Amino acid sequence: MSTYVGQAMKRKEDPRLITGRGNYIDDITPIGTLWAALVRSPEAHARIVSIDKSAAEQRPDVIGVFTHEDLAGDFAAPMPMIWAPAGVEIKTPEHWPLAKGEVKHVLDPVAIVIGTDRYSVNDAVEDVIVEYEPLPVVVEPEAALEDGSPLVWESFGTNQTHEWSVAGGEVDAAFADADVVVSQRVVNHRTAGAAIETRGWVVEPRGEHVTIHSATQIPHILRFVLSLCCGIPEDKLRVVAPDVGGGFGSKLNVFAEEILAVLLARRLQRPIKWIETRSENMAVTHHGRDQISYVEMAVKRDGKVTGLRVRSVCDLGAYFMALTPFIPELGFPVGNGAYDIPAVSLTFVGVFTNKFPTDAIRGAGRPEVTHWIELTMNKVARELDMDPLEVRRRNFIAADDFPHETALGIVYDSGNYQGTLDKLLARFDVEAFRREQKELRERGIHRGVGFSTWVEVCGLAPSRVVGPQGVGLQGAFWESGMVRVSASGTATVYTGTSPHGQGHDTGFAQIVADRIGLDPQNVNVIHGDTDQGPWGWDTYGSRTLAVGGEAVARAALKVQDKAKRICAALLEAAPEDIELVDGNYQVKGSPDKSMTMVEIAGAAHIPPQELPTDIEPGLEETSFYDPENFVFPFGAHACVVDVDVETGKVKVVRYVAVDDCGPAINPMLIDGQVHGGVVHAIGQALYEQVVYDEDGQLVTGTFVDYALPTAAEVPSFETDRTETPSPTNGLGVKGIGEAGTIAASPAVTEAVLDALRPLGVEWLDMPLTPMRVWQAIQAAQNGGAGPRATEQGRALDEHGGGAAGSGPTGPEEGGAA
Amino acid sequence: MGATVRVAVTVNGQLRESEVEARTLLVHWLRDELGLTGTHIGCDTTNCGACTVHLDGESIKSCTVLAAQADGATVTTIEGLATDGGLHPLQDAFWEKHGLQCGYCTPGMIMAAADLLQRNPNPSDEEIRHGLEGNLCRCTGYHNIVEAVKAAAANGVSA
Repeated sequence: MSTYVGQAMKRKEDPRLITGRGNYIDDITPIGTLWAALVRSPEAHARIVSIDKSAAEQRPDVIGVFTHEDLAGDFAAPMPMIWAPAGVEIKTPEHWPLAKGEVKHVLDPVAIVIGTDRYSVNDAVEDVIVEYEPLPVVVEPEAALEDGSPLVWESFGTNQTHEWSVAGGEVDAAFADADVVVSQRVVNHRTAGAAIETRGWVVEPRGEHVTIHSATQIPHILRFVLSLCCGIPEDKLRVVAPDVGGGFGSKLNVFAEEILAVLLARRLQRPIKWIETRSENMAVTHHGRDQISYVEMAVKRDGKVTGLRVRSVCDLGAYFMALTPFIPELGFPVGNGAYDIPAVSLTFVGVFTNKFPTDAIRGAGRPEVTHWIELTMNKVARELDMDPLEVRRRNFIAADDFPHETALGIVYDSGNYQGTLDKLLARFDVEAFRREQKELRERGIHRGVGFSTWVEVCGLAPSRVVGPQGVGLQGAFWESGMVRVSASGTATVYTGTSPHGQGHDTGFAQIVADRIGLDPQNVNVIHGDTDQGPWGWDTYGSRTLAVGGEAVARAALKVQDKAKRICAALLEAAPEDIELVDGNYQVKGSPDKSMTMVEIAGAAHIPPQELPTDIEPGLEETSFYDPENFVFPFGAHACVVDVDVETGKVKVVRYVAVDDCGPAINPMLIDGQVHGGVVHAIGQALYEQVVYDEDGQLVTGTFVDYALPTAAEVPSFETDRTETPSPTNGLGVKGIGEAGTIAASPAVTEAVLDALRPLGVEWLDMPLTPMRVWQAIQAAQNGGAGPRATEQGRALDEHGGGAAGSGPTGPEEGGAA
Repeated sequence: MGATVRVAVTVNGQLRESEVEARTLLVHWLRDELGLTGTHIGCDTTNCGACTVHLDGESIKSCTVLAAQADGATVTTIEGLATDGGLHPLQDAFWEKHGLQCGYCTPGMIMAAADLLQRNPNPSDEEIRHGLEGNLCRCTGYHNIVEAVKAAAANGVSA
């Protein structure tokens, strides 16, 4: 069946994008468009004493200024948080699009100004005078849990939002019987999604109908939630996601500004546009990670890990976005990593602080889990004086033990962890590396290697597992696919997923082309418009192919089945005797009797003769697919770094990634996802950090201060694959969008530690900025106990201040004053 | 509207003239006034390079140039890069090598790469990476961007 699937087909999306003819949100400006800008709090926590709009309202270019009180009657419901796990109380604060009485983080929106042009509306924002009475601020999550801490929400009497635990096996016994217990405190700091396109919307009212174009990953969910929050029936709302300039989770939410868009468009009956500034994006588009985890492993002398116990303190910020308290827990299904650990206990404690909420950023919960599992495995190896790869081999779930039910009751679908590691080691000669490392060290060059043998969980999601009856999300996560063949024999595919760079148009065309017998250049893929195609659940959690692709494939097979029945009627054969071979529907044994899809499509729409009464006219099929299980991609990565011990600067010099996401639909797209995913994690490991100071002021509010890696900071990659099909779906595929980001941070971190261990450095928390690495070396060399614990917010003195574009700066460059 | 100035700029080979507010950024003039929306905006601080265009033949970040400063100059944007109605070899190479995913940074990246190859027709990997460090991409990890620039260089783009 595979003619196109498996090919590295060039992308159908690209011709318009490389010529500047894409259609991103800021490219849309209907005639008569008004502009929006927001008045935002400079305080991290304060009571609003007064708001004086009069000067702004008197400006000739201002249409109106609106506060919470002005719009209170228009809000049908507060902003939603959709996790309600059975038996767990989650303290959920009331969250409105504009601050009601108090602000809780810097740049909390207080008012929205509508004006006639892009520049003057920002002038008008400066004319809105807000008087604040500052309140005590808390930014450190562990400090926030202490008695006497300032409270983000006085009414709750505590900053702890919830505690959620999951356990399986005899955990206490495992620790009681352990030969060795290895412990580590692991900080996984706050990061930003930092898509190069910021958020934005253009909203167009037409009577009681409202269309909102939004740079979103989730048009269907957005329409559903906007309907509830704005009290407008869904049939009167249309959400369109145009070309979206990157997401990485940061556009996977319903944001305050989107609710304001719909309500103001309805009120003013004019098109309105808002484009987020980068400074806003860094402050009020949700952040990710931000956990402090206390990890303990119970180990036997032979290297077998018999128990794992983790308590994570999760900084959730001041409010809840849609999934805020759930995101840390999303790592739990792979809490034991790629290892057969018989007893596991995980506890997640959520904490309010005066920061913007955290939510899903590429990997969402799984990078955190992978980071502590992999680094703790390395620590086990050192404790037992074993090779870290040998410790992994002794603990891997065996290739013949799948499907594998873990101690937490999760069923890993398929895997061959030893297989990917073997393939990695065929490319990466460890013994040769150790010889080279020794020689280099004698010349004063400090090179190190780190490995990550990771597994992740994705393909969100089996509704019975994660929905209201399962983990407690108030949603379902199946997907739709529809294939429509036109009278002239071209196909249009509608998917409920919604891309922002992944290549849906290409991969889905390949899948459908093979299944219905067309050239993929005649298969057009439509997405991201709630007025077109069936309901869907959008794009996140590496679900596009494993859930959305499967739905599309099933719809295509239904079309193929109907095409065979039409063909059989016209060729006077039995439907079961028609086979699809190289694009021809032909009679088995008589290949000269055949029809093409173009001929069949014509007959389906304009029958040349009477078709059997059980064949309806037209050629269009829909499939709704709810997976039975998640999928569990895995792989083995190796990272090599050089550390300049004089400056603390880390340079990644080699990166080898062997991934397994099942059979490849388009290997070129897989490699692209791996490259980007790994660099996202290298960014977190070495450069990027969202930093708030002790007053809750955001220090990293622009790309000057938040250091994204540039081309000059990262190497080219060596990639390879194994292909272990998933039994979960018909395509056998797993996800790949988040894999690199989940995999890489422990490999990078361990590589730095491997380089520095001879100098006495035993532990480093990310980001491994020049200042932090240099300080760790100094502390170790001076006989200290290693670097002091790396708290969030403390980073001011050691934040690299690395400017993207110029590369991260270190103390030698004066960037860490 | 504040004080205005008259600007006349040759954009993609055509003389374009208009009266603009003095503070108008070149990128906003190109996008909002001329409708050349292929040039993008990704930051407030001249870091990301999504707005890269050529001003008198050299790449500049059009978010940090006033439209008034371009008066009398020649500007080339992504829409005007290919001169024969087809694809510029760099555009073709980005397509061929999967040098883009979401495509948002791509026009600026291609314009920066075109300038790089004009100055250095046969750059090493290292020279490509340093030459493009003023342009941020969050999707590709840069690997295939470097491959695309190498491929275009091998095809003699700068000639």
